[in-house]
Amino acid sequence: MNTLSSFAVPAVIGFFLIFGMVRRVGVYDCFVEGAKDGLQSLVGIIPALIGLMVAISMFRASCALELLAHLLSPLLSTLHLPPDVLPLALLRPISGSASTAIVTDIFSTAGPDSPAGTIASVMMGSTETTFYTVAVYFGALGIKNTRHTIPCALLADLTGILLSIFVSHWCLL
Amino acid sequence: MLNYIWGGMILVSLIVSALTGNVETTVAAAAQGAGNAVELCLTLLGILCLWTGLARIGERAGFIRILSRLLHPVLSFLFPKLDRNDPARDSIVMNFVANLLGMGNAATPLGIKAMQDLHARNKKRGVATNEMCTFVVMNTASLQLLPTTLISLRQAYGSAAPSSIIIPVWMVSICSLAVGILASKFIERRTRL
Repeated sequence: MNTLSSFAVPAVIGFFLIFGMVRRVGVYDCFVEGAKDGLQSLVGIIPALIGLMVAISMFRASCALELLAHLLSPLLSTLHLPPDVLPLALLRPISGSASTAIVTDIFSTAGPDSPAGTIASVMMGSTETTFYTVAVYFGALGIKNTRHTIPCALLADLTGILLSIFVSHWCLL
Repeated sequence: MLNYIWGGMILVSLIVSALTGNVETTVAAAAQGAGNAVELCLTLLGILCLWTGLARIGERAGFIRILSRLLHPVLSFLFPKLDRNDPARDSIVMNFVANLLGMGNAATPLGIKAMQDLHARNKKRGVATNEMCTFVVMNTASLQLLPTTLISLRQAYGSAAPSSIIIPVWMVSICSLAVGILASKFIERRTRL
C-alpha cells in the first residue's frame, strides 16, 4: 500500500505536465501564476495560524489538554484515540486553520509517523471544514434555511473521524 | 464561534496553569507557538506553491472539463430531478472535479456558480432545495485525490513515508461522502417540499 501511495505524487506531476504540453499551454508561465496564488493564500492565513498555534501550545503546556483527556479517558480508550488528537476531532468541522495548527503541533511534538501523527493525518485529509463550506455556499445565495444540510454533513464528519482512527490502526500502525 | 473557542482555550490554559503551577511554561509556550506558526509557513511555502502552480497548469489545459464528461452519468443518480441540459449539471461536475484535483481556488467559484444555477429553479427563496443540500453535503465531505498540503506538512516534519496516508485517506473520505449523501437522500424521501 505504501508503494502504491508513493507512486501517486510523481504520476500526478508527470500527468499534469504532459497534459499541459500536449494542449499547448505555456506550462512554465502557468506554473508561476499558480504558485503566486499559493503564496498569497498562505500569507493570508499567517495571522490566523499565529493566533491559533499560540492558543494550542498554551492549552497543552498548561496541562489543560491532559485534564480534558483525563475527563474523557473512558471514551478515548474505547475509540483507541491518542489524547493529542482529541482537539483535532473536536475542532475539525469548525476551523480549518485551527486544524492545521493542531496537526502541526502533533507533528512537531510526537512526529508525523507516531500513532497520534498518523491518525491526525488521515483525519485531516479526509474531512473538511463543514461550517465554513456551508457558510460560503449558502451565504453566497442569501439562503438562511439550510434544512438537513448541517446534520447530514456532521454525520459524514463523525463517520470520517471515527473511521480515520479505525483505518489508521488497520493499515498504518 | 471561533471567538469563544479561541478565547476560552487561552483562558482555561491560564487558569489551569495557575492551579498546577505551570504559569511560566505556559507563557513560554505562547511565544513558542507564535514562532512555530511562522516557521510552519516558511517550511510549507515552497512545496505549497509547487502544487498550486502545477494545479494551474491542469486548470489552464482544460483538465477539469475533460474529466467532467466522464462523471455526468453519476449525476443522474445524485440529482434525479435535474434536466439533461440544465446548466447546473456542468457546474456541479466541474466543482466536484476541481475538488478532486485539489484545486481549491477553482472549486469555490464553480461551486457558487452551481448553487446559483440550482437556485434559478428554486421556488422558495431563502429555503434550500434537496439538490442544494446534497450538493453542499458533497462539498463538506471533500474527496481529494492528492492531499498535497498534508503530504508536504508530513514531509516537512521528517516523515519516513509522507504519502503513505493517501489510500487510507481515500477509503475514509469515500465512506464519509457516501454516508453524507445517503443521509441527505434518506431525509429527502421523508420530507416533501
